[in-house]
Amino acid sequence: MTRKGLAFFLAGLVATVFVAVVVSQFASSEPDGLEYVAEREGFAGQVEDHGLTDAPLADYGENLSTGNGLSTGIAGLVGVVVALALGFGLFWMIRAPKAGPPGSSS
Amino acid sequence: MHIPDGVIGPGVSAAAGVAAAGGFGVAVSRSRRYLTDRLVPMAALVTAFVFAAQMINFPVLPGMSGHLLGGVLAAVLVGPWVGFLVISIVLIIQALLFADGGLTALGLNIINMGLIGAVGGYAVYRIMFRLAGLRPGRVAAVAAVAAFISVPMAALGFVFEFALGGTIESLSVGAILVAMVTTHVLIGIGEGVITFFVIGAVMKSRPDLVYGSPTFSGNRTEELAS
Repeated sequence: MTRKGLAFFLAGLVATVFVAVVVSQFASSEPDGLEYVAEREGFAGQVEDHGLTDAPLADYGENLSTGNGLSTGIAGLVGVVVALALGFGLFWMIRAPKAGPPGSSS
Repeated sequence: MHIPDGVIGPGVSAAAGVAAAGGFGVAVSRSRRYLTDRLVPMAALVTAFVFAAQMINFPVLPGMSGHLLGGVLAAVLVGPWVGFLVISIVLIIQALLFADGGLTALGLNIINMGLIGAVGGYAVYRIMFRLAGLRPGRVAAVAAVAAFISVPMAALGFVFEFALGGTIESLSVGAILVAMVTTHVLIGIGEGVITFFVIGAVMKSRPDLVYGSPTFSGNRTEELAS
């Protein structure tokens, strides 16, 4: 990566971590659009418990025993790291093959 | 917008899973045509950013919030099929790590937010950007409008799936359609605003990295103008 590319990537990463760890503290906990419609139109009762509600990070840290804000921040940070790692892994694996030298036919 | 388990029956959920897996295969082969080494960090960064942004529920109505879907945002930045993969990765992480979005509903959610939101949303962007004269200065604004439209589009995906395989049959699909579209038009405003500012910021600093802009320095699998 060039120096300019690295600077852009790091700036983007800082912004991303800031959103996941800090801005997430101020997220609304009201139902989202689909949950709201489910309640009003009468299919909220169909919803089954998620199979992984006991997972450590379920509901973005509700199961962590720290204070609520810190739990959300930890969940956000872990999510960002995992998303970045899986993104790098998958996209690196499927990246375009390097173009052959000029003049080669393929 | 994340469908939980239990709302859509196993048949339609499984069919959506197969379709989503097929979409994944198409996305991988399309992505291989242009996703060069240089673009890999950008695609990974967009994945992390969409995850982070989806954590932020903003208030929309009393008793209702919404959050970014990020389909058009990702598609304009890294292309529609890499965008599809970005959204798929985010949905898989949310379902497996954060119990957000049903496990059996994963295919449905990938169809609604990845295929309709990113690939469908990018198709809307392309048409509108052509009409807007293909000017780099208009990328962020056109992306914002396409992002706005993509949210009720994804909501319609849910309504269609509910009509096909909803586990409760006594309800009026028409009423659910009206409710889903009206609420998601409102959520779409937030989607448009966030998309405008994020794409605007990237266009200012690295216009050469923005797939949906004429300033993009890589190859596209489909031209903007055609």
